[in-house]
Amino acid sequence: MRELASLALDTAKLRGASHAEARIVDERERALATKNGRIGNTSDSESLGIGIRVIADGSFGFAATDDMTREGVQGCADQAVQIAKASARVKKEDLLLVPEPSHVSDWASPCKIDPFSIPIEKNLDLLFAIDAEMRRVRGVTLAETSMNFRRCEQWFCSTEGSEIHQTFITTGAGYAAHAFAGAEIQKRSYPNSYGGQYQNRGYELIAELQLLDHAASIGEQAVALHSADQCPQGKFDVILASDQLSLQIHESIGHPIELDRVLGMEANFAGTSFLTLNKLRTLKYGSDLLNVVADATELHGPGLGTFAYDDEGVAAQCTPIISDGLFTGYLTSRDTAAAIGATRSGGCLRAEGWNRLPIVRMTNVSILPGESPLSLEQLIASTEHGILMETNRSWSIDDKRYNFQFSCEAGWEIVGGKRHRMLKNPSYSGITTEFWNSMDAICSRDEWTLWGTPNCGKGQPQQVMGTGHGAAPARFRNVTIGTAYKGTE
Amino acid sequence: MLTRDQASAIFDKLRKYSSADEVELLVSSGRSALTRFANNTIHQNVSEESHALSLRVSIDPSSAKGGRTARASTNKIDDENLRRLAQTADTLVRMQQPDPELLPMPTPQEVAEAQVNGSGLVLRYIERTTRINPRDRAEAVARIVDVAKKNKLTSAGIYASSEFGEALFNSRGVSRWHEQTSAELSVTMLGETSSGWQKANAPDAADLEPREMAEVAAEKARRSANPRELEPGKYTVILEPSAVLDIVGFMFWDFSGSALLEQRSFLTHRLGCKLFGDNITVNDDVYHSLQTGAAFDGEGMTRQRLTLIDKGVVKELAYSRSAAKKMRQSELMSNVGSIGATGHGFRLPNEMGEAPLNIVFGAAPASESQAVDQMIASTDRGVLVTRLWYIREIDPYDKILTGMTRDGTFLVTDGKVQYGIRNLRFNESLLHMLRNVEALGQPARACGEESIDMVVPPMKVRAFNFTEATKF
Repeated sequence: MRELASLALDTAKLRGASHAEARIVDERERALATKNGRIGNTSDSESLGIGIRVIADGSFGFAATDDMTREGVQGCADQAVQIAKASARVKKEDLLLVPEPSHVSDWASPCKIDPFSIPIEKNLDLLFAIDAEMRRVRGVTLAETSMNFRRCEQWFCSTEGSEIHQTFITTGAGYAAHAFAGAEIQKRSYPNSYGGQYQNRGYELIAELQLLDHAASIGEQAVALHSADQCPQGKFDVILASDQLSLQIHESIGHPIELDRVLGMEANFAGTSFLTLNKLRTLKYGSDLLNVVADATELHGPGLGTFAYDDEGVAAQCTPIISDGLFTGYLTSRDTAAAIGATRSGGCLRAEGWNRLPIVRMTNVSILPGESPLSLEQLIASTEHGILMETNRSWSIDDKRYNFQFSCEAGWEIVGGKRHRMLKNPSYSGITTEFWNSMDAICSRDEWTLWGTPNCGKGQPQQVMGTGHGAAPARFRNVTIGTAYKGTE
Repeated sequence: MLTRDQASAIFDKLRKYSSADEVELLVSSGRSALTRFANNTIHQNVSEESHALSLRVSIDPSSAKGGRTARASTNKIDDENLRRLAQTADTLVRMQQPDPELLPMPTPQEVAEAQVNGSGLVLRYIERTTRINPRDRAEAVARIVDVAKKNKLTSAGIYASSEFGEALFNSRGVSRWHEQTSAELSVTMLGETSSGWQKANAPDAADLEPREMAEVAAEKARRSANPRELEPGKYTVILEPSAVLDIVGFMFWDFSGSALLEQRSFLTHRLGCKLFGDNITVNDDVYHSLQTGAAFDGEGMTRQRLTLIDKGVVKELAYSRSAAKKMRQSELMSNVGSIGATGHGFRLPNEMGEAPLNIVFGAAPASESQAVDQMIASTDRGVLVTRLWYIREIDPYDKILTGMTRDGTFLVTDGKVQYGIRNLRFNESLLHMLRNVEALGQPARACGEESIDMVVPPMKVRAFNFTEATKF
């Protein structure tokens, strides 16, 4: 593979590139799913190709091919240079990249058990057992389970001398019970919605999730929601469970801190950001309890945003994003860092696969747990009147990331420090900075989970990327509740 | 790009390499390129050439206990990897549990029986679209940037072009082929306090008008500068076609036999009911001159035209072969009207079943049809919406959706557009919205970012529910 990558770089230089990077990606995926006791999906897929990014005449060009012959790779490199030269016809100034030392490295994500070594029958047996357990609950009308594995091997070489080989193993699994009755469909998921939990690690994750143990109670909760009271409308204190808080972080912190959005590069599709450059180190993003990092290093855990080097060869880093409530950092790449006068990239340039240009993406954007011991039960006990919300059901936020509205699968009213009653259709909304400034408590490390979001969309052509988000349950004061159903009764 | 003959030759090899009872191959192959610009400069410019082979094999498909099926995919097309692909699929399928609902692959007779009489597909492969090169795209972008500079705005967007072919073969003799080109242009114009947007696509790049689209987007950005805040509440809205398609697109996944059988559709217990206004008629029609896509589904079945909604009444559903068989055996059978494979199934195995993907709204009678300007002129107080954004489902049975307005939202009073307003969040039920359509325009091909492209009209809707405003 290194020979093909070198050929790509040599060809690009010969055609006039001042800088070139070749990224060969060989990936394999397995998707298994069941639905109401039947196979929903059993498929294996693999894909191999090369993506070549060059700078010529001061502009970027990118071309990709799955023709891995010498002729195919040379043609692709030539095409990338031609494209860069065409780009240069509509440019303001030459592109600059902040410096990065060259790296020669071989790295693999942590994996105790290769998920592809586990017999498919064993996996399907587990999924069918979960499916049956959910449907044993009277009132469950649809049971869905899934398990997904990915192995991605990547070779990155650049004209600056980097030669980086990385191997990622990703494992994910989850399930949902749906209950239709009367004029209502309710749903509960485990361990999270939209496919469950995902991490960059091996099959050992499956055992840790204890999937079968929770199946019956998930089915029971889906049915119980039909008898629950509707979530009220008004201003309430809210406790968000860590699964929901992880998506709140993703949408209202992770996206607005992407520097390409701030610089207008995503204006046509994903949008821009309210975090204009004057807000760096001046904006009080949240309360003093709010500390957020973008951490791609192994020390943070096996998140979907954990790697050794990003897709332009920058070493993984931990960047403070919000420190004691103050906004302190963006997610950056070599070109966007140069655009704001930074001296080094934060290492956040990532691509979906060999056929996509790497763009600024989240790594593991996580809220740090509270330093004083605080469990979820203690947090509930310290809440006089509020609503606990768990597991996302829908999410929406404007294109500058100010106004958001989230719905959850289940809620519980808290009265006098105790769970008083279950609530259905809970939702809350707000303005990003007002919301984060209302956070007055966050649970400690024991309640902190590094969640995986496998489906983050961005870019044109659109790319789907996995991101990690560590979160512990947290409390927010005086939040607007129930807007989702306001005026629709 | 692979030709039909090359794809067929690959299928012949895989058929030999696999030991399964039945073999089906989907081939997709194409080239695409996209020039992306922002801040009045090209910042990303990409091209791609790729192939994908997706092999499905089945064993014991006619067994009383049930057959088994599995799929393996690759983009490696040399002999060694083709053998490995067949081996992977053969191994996967033998690890399955028997599925009594699995059907044998369709025969050419079964596919032929489903042939739609009358017009065939219009030509969707336009040679000149394939000849667009990076320089052509850069020149189109330069024209857009000129408009931006003239208006003291900054532009962002894409200009993309592609060609692709897809083939489906199975070992019972079915052989299908479709090829198509596509050109797409999307333009955002940004001012200090506002923005405007336009997007279009078509098989023929000549149908795109970069300068004209840039002028419209610029006009929207200029007119919505310094937006004022409007108190949220229920307003008459005038939705441009892109706004219509992005919101209504959320309901068509429910027009599926599988969705009804699994009780995940908002049409459960509602088929045959009048759910929408008299002025709402919706068809699924891949043969419509403004539609795109192949005329066969994931098993090779020919797509049928469907009347999904007729004058407000839900009429027909899409069915895959297995969903049709299952529906015929279900207690719902007598309540769902005609049942049969309609050529809307996804590739097997899958979790969704089928869905209509070529939505065409019916036109209002000429005497009642209103262009957007006429809708504005007849509005005492309302909101003109260019597009909607980040739409998500709140309630799956009442079909309540939330989302934001974006890139050009205006207050209309006394029959005139007055000024731009800050973007608003809506929480609106599609059942409510499509019962309250006061006026429709002529359907046109439109595209957005949240749903499939459709042929939809602009709509004037009363009592549309805005619940919050944002800060811009």
